[in-house]
Amino acid sequence: MRSIPVSAADPAPLLAVEGLKVHFHTRDGVVRAVDGVDFQVAAGQTLGIVGESGSGKTVSSLTLLRLAPPPAKIVAGRVMFEGEDLLTQSDKRLAEIRGRRMAMIFQNPATSLNPVLSIGSQLTEILRWHTGASAKAARERAAELLALVGISDPVARLRQYPHELSGGMKQRVGIARALLCEPSLLLADEPTTALDVTIQAQILDLLADLRQRLGMAMVLVTHDMGVVARMADRITVMYAGRVCETADAVTIFNAPQHPYTRALLESVPRVDHSYSGARRVLPSIAGRPPDLLHAPPGCRFHDRCPEATAECRQVMPREHVVAAGHTVSCLRRGSPGESAP
Amino acid sequence: MTPLPDAPLLDVRGLRKHYKVLKRALFGRRQARIVRAVDDISFVLQAGQTLGLVGESGCGKTTAARSILDLVRADAGEIRLDGQDVRPILAGADRAAMLGVRRRMQYVFQDPYLSLNPRWTIDEALREPLRVHAAQDQQGWKERIAALLETVGLEPRHGVRYPHEFSGGQRQRVGIARALAVGPDVVLLDEPVSSLDISVRAQILNLLAELQDRLGVAYVYISHDLSSVRFISTHVAVMYLGRIVEIGAVDEIFARPRHHYTAALISAIPPPSPGAVDKRVHLLGEVPSAIDRPTGCAFHPRCAAALPICREIDPALQPTGPNSQAACHNPA
Repeated sequence: MRSIPVSAADPAPLLAVEGLKVHFHTRDGVVRAVDGVDFQVAAGQTLGIVGESGSGKTVSSLTLLRLAPPPAKIVAGRVMFEGEDLLTQSDKRLAEIRGRRMAMIFQNPATSLNPVLSIGSQLTEILRWHTGASAKAARERAAELLALVGISDPVARLRQYPHELSGGMKQRVGIARALLCEPSLLLADEPTTALDVTIQAQILDLLADLRQRLGMAMVLVTHDMGVVARMADRITVMYAGRVCETADAVTIFNAPQHPYTRALLESVPRVDHSYSGARRVLPSIAGRPPDLLHAPPGCRFHDRCPEATAECRQVMPREHVVAAGHTVSCLRRGSPGESAP
Repeated sequence: MTPLPDAPLLDVRGLRKHYKVLKRALFGRRQARIVRAVDDISFVLQAGQTLGLVGESGCGKTTAARSILDLVRADAGEIRLDGQDVRPILAGADRAAMLGVRRRMQYVFQDPYLSLNPRWTIDEALREPLRVHAAQDQQGWKERIAALLETVGLEPRHGVRYPHEFSGGQRQRVGIARALAVGPDVVLLDEPVSSLDISVRAQILNLLAELQDRLGVAYVYISHDLSSVRFISTHVAVMYLGRIVEIGAVDEIFARPRHHYTAALISAIPPPSPGAVDKRVHLLGEVPSAIDRPTGCAFHPRCAAALPICREIDPALQPTGPNSQAACHNPA
């Protein structure tokens, strides 16, 4: 069962990102990778952030823990997490939060584990650093977590190295590592993209089960509409560094408002749909996402949007509440305009 | 080559590719082991049809496609094109004859970033197949290239650009144009959309469908993405550890998969609708290595419907519907 969707106006969300801007200062100019992004996550809730490459979804999630690598620069915004703004905390304070209160699992389990350290030392290091646990207690806890993520014979696995494990097993270790200190928020950036479908299904089952059991909130970054439908309570759709639409999962899939959300959902072929007989044409979005080095004025989607008007080419839409817990940034859906920065 | 009457366009029979690997136990002796990457696969493809070749990583789908073009030399089997076995020609010394076969079967690679020479303009990339196959006299090349670029939705004036000046989707269009340059009858597409973004993926799938309707070309479409397979294919073959475990008309197999592996693969895809009823066929464990192929049916250790016989006897493909076959002792 899904937890009850909490409205976006929840008084004290676990995480509130406000007006986040992350720009890349390159030799050729400023790339506005994340350009004024807001989203919230309530305790125990899963927020799916979906978008294509270059939409800013990964940079947004990395910025929560200030992990976006240079030349990324946080230009504006706040990341309020458990009552403190992570963007203004000291590096020391942030190191206390990373892995303990907010932890991350990465897309590629083959590169996110250290190949020359045993599974055991990679897991116990985190516990000893954060909690000062004894070596023995840390090993016991690490074995317990490996068992929790469905790894058989966990004590023996602690002595193994990443190359001895399959891709699915490595991702399970990555999840165990993130859960060691029982964080209140788990960031998962495309956690199953590198895996085969049957292994993906196992890992999604595991994440759904763990979040239920541990009451943990999750930010799931993905381009896969199926994964987000299966996992998310609420969904934020991003395009070219901006948020298009945020709503509960059912609304995003059944009553999307933003033309980009609609087009994105329609352009995915479905495994449960027969295409024979009829003319095989998927509704596709013409063109491609804008180059953020030269972001177009107005709505970022205007040149691919079937509904765009002259106004859309000039005026950047601001987020606008269309129903309780449902916000859309589109001038054609009543959003107010924003003066250019 | 004169086609035999009623012979299918492409008829692959008993294709096999095994690799010998040396495995050494710690301080032990080296032992030769056999990886059965492709183990006696057969299928038939008619003009204008698409066979989706699906399976998880390591199932042998790419090796199978590459051996059809002799990019990997198969150990055994026949590749019949219009009824004639072309494998000896592809492997033979007669270069002109070999090119004659290759002209009829072309390949589109997964990664358009890696499969185009970064130092060649798009015109040069498209000129190469025309030069190699001497398909036309040189005067015709320029128009041919312009026409090809238009066919795949690019502008002829873009021919002077280099690959880095294009997006991933545009590069894949170039890859498709290059394969079509010599007018092939069969195009082998190896995960042609999996490195592309969703909105661009739909554009390329539409282009492939449109080109097939227009040119009548046959595709072998290799993918692990069953949704795109369902869209583009008329037929589908599911591979597991080097074997085809189920094959047939795409709607027949997707509507009612009979092999438990096919059912598990299809049901593992989360449908893009929240709150969808979970009809998952759960699999036990992970894909075993192709070196330690289980006895009997290779799938039995992961199969919930396995019978004692499945451990003993390797099942052969049997008809399971008007246009489908599955290799299973206890079909669903």
